[in-house]
Amino acid sequence: MSIKVINEKCVGCKLCVKSCPFGAIEIINKKAVIDLDKCTLCGACIESCKFDAIVLTKLSPTDIQFPKKFDEYKDVWVFCEQKKGVVQSVAYELLGKGRELSDTLGNELCGVLLGENMKEEAHKIIHRGADKVYLVDSPALKHYQDEPYSKVLIQLIKEYKPEIVLCGASSTGRSLISRVAIGIHAGLTADCTGLDIDKKERLLLQTRPAFGGNIMATIICPNHRPQMSTVRHKVMKEAAENKHHKGKIIEKSYDSNIYFSRTKLLDIVEEIEETVNLTEANVIVSGGRGMQSPENFKLIEGLAKALGGAVGASRAAVDSGWKTYSHQVGQTGKTVCPKIYIACGISGQIQHLVGMQSSEIIVAINKDPYAPIFSVATYGIVGDVFEVVPELTRQFKEALKR
Amino acid sequence: MNVIVCIKQVPDTTNVRIDPETNTLVRSGVQSIINPFDMYAIEEAVRLKEKFGGLVTIVTMGPPQAEEALREAISLGGDEAVLISDRAFAGSDTWATSYTLSKAIQKIGKFDIVICGKQAIDGDTAQVGPGIAAFLDIPQITFVKKIEDIKDSFMRAERMTEEGYDIVESPLPCLITVVKEINEPRLPSLKGKMRAKKIEIKKLEAKDLDTDPDLLGLKGSPTKVVKIFTPPPRKGGQILEGEAKDVCAKLVELLKSEVC
Repeated sequence: MSIKVINEKCVGCKLCVKSCPFGAIEIINKKAVIDLDKCTLCGACIESCKFDAIVLTKLSPTDIQFPKKFDEYKDVWVFCEQKKGVVQSVAYELLGKGRELSDTLGNELCGVLLGENMKEEAHKIIHRGADKVYLVDSPALKHYQDEPYSKVLIQLIKEYKPEIVLCGASSTGRSLISRVAIGIHAGLTADCTGLDIDKKERLLLQTRPAFGGNIMATIICPNHRPQMSTVRHKVMKEAAENKHHKGKIIEKSYDSNIYFSRTKLLDIVEEIEETVNLTEANVIVSGGRGMQSPENFKLIEGLAKALGGAVGASRAAVDSGWKTYSHQVGQTGKTVCPKIYIACGISGQIQHLVGMQSSEIIVAINKDPYAPIFSVATYGIVGDVFEVVPELTRQFKEALKR
Repeated sequence: MNVIVCIKQVPDTTNVRIDPETNTLVRSGVQSIINPFDMYAIEEAVRLKEKFGGLVTIVTMGPPQAEEALREAISLGGDEAVLISDRAFAGSDTWATSYTLSKAIQKIGKFDIVICGKQAIDGDTAQVGPGIAAFLDIPQITFVKKIEDIKDSFMRAERMTEEGYDIVESPLPCLITVVKEINEPRLPSLKGKMRAKKIEIKKLEAKDLDTDPDLLGLKGSPTKVVKIFTPPPRKGGQILEGEAKDVCAKLVELLKSEVC
């Protein structure tokens, strides 16, 4: 794999220099020159070049060799994360997508469920379209722990050889799935926003954002099985419930060794302030530096309450100590994609935008008409937050009669 | 207490702006920085050293200029720096990166704790930390927001979750990944800056590590990038104008059906 500039085509326009995230391109004698020590082959320059003067000899599905046959690998698996004995909604979202994938491949959709007394939940997974549920029920699996969970999942994968494994990109999923991928030497792609099948080669086409969503990359895993992806909560649509859907529950139990954990979970603490989980919320009202003080965040809370939503905050507001870190939206905080995101007194630095720009509707309230937040807003209000937010709260309360 | 900190050099996005006309990113003149989450990892390691003694070794895998990131980490309190750099590592995905880093850590020798930032801001995968732990076959605690105590070769830490946090105990050696909440990184000291200038950076190439060449770089990476494209930028929408009362009424009308 390498990158090169075709000198005959290059006109020295510098567009590629501007596009390079790594500052790896220089114009020397009116031609682009790429510093290969700095270049990461991300391909941003190729997109920017209007003269097709930069070529990246990357692998494409057609020229990849497939030395191995994977006939013994079949079915699409969804790791169904449970907390306190309840399957998390991200699992139902993955079952929705997984159904499409398994229908295209012509094989079965299977849920994998680890926990204690989970039989009833296993039926719910079937009602969401699974043909089979692999259930490992043990008191040792009641709460998530890295080692027992990864060992059990590795064991199941080795035993039943799925073609594809999907997992939610939650704090549990992210901790678990990388250990599993290493353990079975599988390819793993994080935070996919698109999943599709190349039917001919039976490849999973995994599309994910990089650089905070400024570049999209499609990734395949040609020579290893299973093909594994994580997907963030709310990216895929939940599978509809069908109580008549039939499926099989396959209960597995293992020797107690497999449940051994070197780490010990001593306590699970739920923070009361976090009654509404940001990544679960349909509506988020966020405040930024423009709120000026922690007291003023009451206005944000008021609007959030009227809308039945959660409270978010920009990094500026969190660093000023007005809100705790768990409320922070953006690059160093949480990535959210609610139905409605209302940004109050947030200017919209790129670090904030990458955390919320996939929201369905974005409302921006800011007194600076040139604030970057307006460039992503579905609806913008140029005005004083201290005037607009209370008024909006009052009117929503009235309209929704809450 | 010997601590190894894995860091990554990433493009600095703090100065990146959106071109108002084309709605695309203006990336020119972007500098490289230490991945922000790794700054917390470095700070936590230095705090552990101050409390328990020992050495802080900073490790990075990357192109030769990643040396700058190592020097900065030294100025922040690191003792030793190791650059893992070789063309053979180019194109590594998270599997091959975890493999290479784990081999380098084994080469560095005895350690009590490995600390990584929870994820890098360019790739955003959060896979390499747990990946290294898996290769080294040591326990891990991810998303640590507080180390409560280290005693008798055990660490007790708070692991951030969606609902709050878990309190987890792990025997040493172990690997932790840290979130922003864990500390507030210090600024480089003058003494640190002097040390950073002078320090000799240890360099490791593929031949220095006990690795299987088939498992390195692009060749050793199970995942392959086949296509890269720029998504259509999100367009700015409608600006509602008028008195607060009227614009709010307009907005309520537009959103009412969505909220219910």
